[in-house]
Amino acid sequence: MKGGRFWAWVVFILGAAYFFIPLIATVEFSMRMRRGVYSFDAYQIVLGDERFQATFMYSVIAAIFTIVLGVLIVVPAAYWIRLRLPQLRPVVEFITLLPLVIPAIVIVFGYIRMYGSNSPLPFLASDVGTNALLVIGYATLALPYMYRAVDTGLRTIDVRTLTEAAQILGAGWGTIITRVILPNVLIAVLSGAFLTFAIVIGEFTMASLLNRPAFGPYLQNIGANRAYEPAALAIIAFVITWGCMSLIQILSRFAPRSANRPN
Amino acid sequence: MAEPFLSIQHVRKSFGATTVVQDFNLDVEPGEFVSFLGPSGCGKTTVLRMVAGFEEPSAGKIVVAGKDITRLKPNQRNVGMVFQAYALFPNLTVAQNIAFGLKVAGMPKADADRRVAEMLDIIKLPQMGDRYPYQLSGGQQQRIALARAIAPKPKLLLLDEPLSALDAKVRVSLREEIRSIQKKLGITTIFVTHDQEEALSISDRIAVMYGGKAEQVGTPFEIYNRPATKFVANFVGTLNVLEGTVTDAASGTVRVNSQEVALKGKLNGSKSGDTLSLALRPEAISLGRQPGRDSSLSGEIAEVHFLGSVIRVRVGIGGSTVSLDTFNSPATPPPAVGEKAEISFSSGDMLVLH
Repeated sequence: MKGGRFWAWVVFILGAAYFFIPLIATVEFSMRMRRGVYSFDAYQIVLGDERFQATFMYSVIAAIFTIVLGVLIVVPAAYWIRLRLPQLRPVVEFITLLPLVIPAIVIVFGYIRMYGSNSPLPFLASDVGTNALLVIGYATLALPYMYRAVDTGLRTIDVRTLTEAAQILGAGWGTIITRVILPNVLIAVLSGAFLTFAIVIGEFTMASLLNRPAFGPYLQNIGANRAYEPAALAIIAFVITWGCMSLIQILSRFAPRSANRPN
Repeated sequence: MAEPFLSIQHVRKSFGATTVVQDFNLDVEPGEFVSFLGPSGCGKTTVLRMVAGFEEPSAGKIVVAGKDITRLKPNQRNVGMVFQAYALFPNLTVAQNIAFGLKVAGMPKADADRRVAEMLDIIKLPQMGDRYPYQLSGGQQQRIALARAIAPKPKLLLLDEPLSALDAKVRVSLREEIRSIQKKLGITTIFVTHDQEEALSISDRIAVMYGGKAEQVGTPFEIYNRPATKFVANFVGTLNVLEGTVTDAASGTVRVNSQEVALKGKLNGSKSGDTLSLALRPEAISLGRQPGRDSSLSGEIAEVHFLGSVIRVRVGIGGSTVSLDTFNSPATPPPAVGEKAEISFSSGDMLVLH
């Protein structure tokens, strides 16, 4: 028993070291811009850079559109599958996992071939079209996370009975989804939204190949040309991601408690 | 006879090759409380769900107040329903839950608030409006579900095993409350249950279902005392079944374990030599010869269970055992196992099961 505990601690410490040592080293390195003293100069330069602000804003807006698109697609789909087509669940789960298996570069090359300026659907012929295509691509990349989050949320409520209870009280599908289902899976949807946000903020491949002024390509560009700023940027991106994760944890405490189970 | 309020006509429901409801017919009068009673899988909930509109009949039609509603969507039927799992919306307060149907119907807020308060009074939970469902007990949640169902003044109230998830004590008090509210509002109600005591205690009529069919429809008294089929007799109440052979069809004499019993007028269609199943309710049997009981059988006391006010005695008659209950009398000790005993009953109480 005692031995087991000792080895558990050894494994934990090794894992923590593997995770934290590079992080601490990056933080330490990012603060060494001024010779001989630690300073936040690299952070000041990065945060004051107009391109940082522009690309970050671009990615934030892209993330918001991606989240809206993801919610509009995933919530009704996951709801309908739970309600009427449970036999399709394994198939849909498999499809939503594909973006984890197929590299983003394959997806984006497919987009370029399919939606080039000479194609019947010339998304890439205009800036707006390309931005829309980027958002669609991001929604695809975020699909595994958004679907799982929403599906897990739906699992905590009795979807069928709540739907029937609303129907018999006169509600149509719009009312059922907006006033019964969505409020009860809102925390799950928000979890999916924050995961989507974290993915979009750091995404490089799609934005770069579609030549969009996003935060990912900016990170790469700075990384290739500067010494201390990339480390500061990496820490900033890390803080944003962890901020999103923490928000998921905090929000999950406010999830409506299910009263569907008999006590 | 007045026009029925709800008429279920030749309704059939199949899922693929499996037929779960076959040729189901029932007329329900306005304000009547009818229970669907039967074991799991008998089709009672499926019939209820077809009335609600959640399932579409494969054949037949459902008419409410003279209007064919068979193909209407659930939200177009003006029917209230209470579910076994309460189905309160967890994100809404009690008052918001009750007001849900009123809001959907477009009732002005002031009127809806008044109606919610009225409903909370009816279910005797006037202070609970601001609570969330998870803050309530199971019984309270089900009362809120009832208030929510009747708030929009539905034409028909459907109760799908609403008491099954509750503990025994709450179940009894809530069923009485449901019945009293139903009588007060005069709302036509269909109640699905597998609990015979529930059905017998609160229904105007009961439809006993088995294998997707209504085996018998009748008042609780008829169902209990005059079961039409072997299934109804066995399913409702406790029954002692004895096998007998018709010895003289003309005089109605049957031999039960070498003893003759006269069943005048009960052997319609039976011939001498036929084997019959004869059934007796425990409360129709007395220990020893009693005045007014025209038939008797002899046997031996097989078991005695002292239950306080009641003593349950099992008497072996040939290869069969008959249960009967007698009241405890402090002056008379209960019979002993192994004693010879005679049981008596009125031949009119003997049921011949086909």
